[in-house]
Amino acid sequence: MKTIQELQDITTQIRRDIVRMVHAAQSGHPGGSLGCAEFFTALYFNIMDYDPSDFRMDGIGEDVFILSNGHVSPVFYSTMARAGIFEVAELNTFRKINSRLQGHPATEEGLPGIRVASGSLGQGLSVAAGLALSKKLNNDDKIVYALLGDGELEEGQNWEAIMFAAHNKIDNLIVTVDFNQQQIDGSTVDIMGFNDLTDKFKVFGWEVLEMNGNNIQDVLDTMNKAKSKLGNGKPIVLIMTTEMGHGVDFMMGSHEWHGIAPNDEQLRSALAQNKETLGDYPLLETI
Amino acid sequence: MSEFTYTEKKDTRSGFGAGLLELGRKNPEIVALCADLTGSLKMDAFKKEFPERFIQVGIAEANMMGLAAGLATGGKIPFTGTFANFSTGRVYDQIRQSIAYSEKNVKICASHAGLTLGEDGATHQILEDIGMMKMLPNMTVINPCDYNQTKAATIAIAEHEGPVYLRFGRPKWPVFTDPDQKFEIGKAWIMQQGTDVTIVCTGHLVWNSVVAAKRLAEKGISVELINIHTIKPLDERAIIRSVMKTGAIVTAEEHQRNGGLGESVSSVLARNHPSPMEMIAVDDRFGESGKPEDLLIKYKLAPEDIVLAVEKVLEKKKA
Repeated sequence: MKTIQELQDITTQIRRDIVRMVHAAQSGHPGGSLGCAEFFTALYFNIMDYDPSDFRMDGIGEDVFILSNGHVSPVFYSTMARAGIFEVAELNTFRKINSRLQGHPATEEGLPGIRVASGSLGQGLSVAAGLALSKKLNNDDKIVYALLGDGELEEGQNWEAIMFAAHNKIDNLIVTVDFNQQQIDGSTVDIMGFNDLTDKFKVFGWEVLEMNGNNIQDVLDTMNKAKSKLGNGKPIVLIMTTEMGHGVDFMMGSHEWHGIAPNDEQLRSALAQNKETLGDYPLLETI
Repeated sequence: MSEFTYTEKKDTRSGFGAGLLELGRKNPEIVALCADLTGSLKMDAFKKEFPERFIQVGIAEANMMGLAAGLATGGKIPFTGTFANFSTGRVYDQIRQSIAYSEKNVKICASHAGLTLGEDGATHQILEDIGMMKMLPNMTVINPCDYNQTKAATIAIAEHEGPVYLRFGRPKWPVFTDPDQKFEIGKAWIMQQGTDVTIVCTGHLVWNSVVAAKRLAEKGISVELINIHTIKPLDERAIIRSVMKTGAIVTAEEHQRNGGLGESVSSVLARNHPSPMEMIAVDDRFGESGKPEDLLIKYKLAPEDIVLAVEKVLEKKKA
């Protein structure tokens, strides 16, 4: 278990990793990644029960995580590396040829920590529900976690899975929706008008909790509260309010930084706002 | 020359149902998912005997494919069941990303493929599914020909690690293969040796090819009859070896010509041993309502069409 200060230091380093990775590749998705840094840190360092040094695809006997909005791969990769699932130095291969760190997460290259490919949106919740079912069939009392973007809830498959999970009482599943209210073409309110996610999930039969995703204490408290509500016949969803681009002032709160890379000057500014806490990974050119 | 006959007709989907039940008894990791078509897919017996391992997903095929990917991740061997149309085109991206690219051990079991679905018409008569599935890296594609072969294939794919598309159908069809056959994925079955022409056939059209081969024998034409049940990976060696002997080939399938078995065979031959070839397949059009046997005649997939194709290819061979 890490202290709040330790978790905050990890989060700051992850933010540095995200902007450095996207800058080095000159492509990738910094906005959503930055917004979810506290969530990933809490999940991989304090909440989940798993062995970072021994990745097994089936995850039997341990907590597992499924990422549905695969474009936030920078925060996913950085967190897993910082947690010890693979070498931190490998972050410098992100989006480069012959890398295990594909633009969107994939299993084919054998990167530990990834259980399913994601990127084409709307598929992860079904996979997470299937994995949760397999745990029930295996009499495995560990937990399945999943992260979805809010924009991807526009994909119909999610609502098939939301109905299914409630009907089948999949109560070993904790889903988090990154409620940053932004998508590529603008705000989710302008594009598909949904801001009442709590009500929507409730009428579908889910247990709903809300949290501030950019407050590490609130993330820890709410996720622990969610764990205490497992096994009650209902799947659980956390509506996590975040700010896209959080921690980098010029990226904050705007969909403009969904999928573009900072230039050299913007990188310097972003790094100045997030001090090195755990040591930067070396850039590829310097190895 | 071997002789193929039948004493009864059974639907290939029932072969799937019987195979699934046997698998359920043998292997506790087998789970079955169905999208509101349990009776049509003949999954009732499995559901009755293993209710805890049967998952009703409702009319939600995209979710079914994702659930199957998750179950496979957790070490289960999921078999999904719905019509071929809803097993492929409707869920192509789910299969592509969550199953094929993610290398999940999911068995996509698809009934009511092709024209022989009959009266429901073109909305349900998918004739493009083999093409879609064979294009996916990591995917194995199997189209068995009768009840016994479908049952054997169902059992065999559980032993195979990786995603499989298993295609079968609705109508009662002659049962002419061995009930105790060993099903080898990716291995052609030389049903009958011959010297004048090779017929390569799959699915329901294997029986039509048997009938055609008999008529051709009466005309003094020696047919080498090859059943390709596994369209991918294709037994290229068996096909090339046979055509090197006979010098002419006809393919027969209940599928579009574009994307089907014939297209795969022509690609192999073009690269290795270009030869006179004819294809029995649907000619770039949708199906329609009607009785299966009438549709096979109208769409030129009947035994007589295979006979005519052989005569045509033999003319080319002579030229």
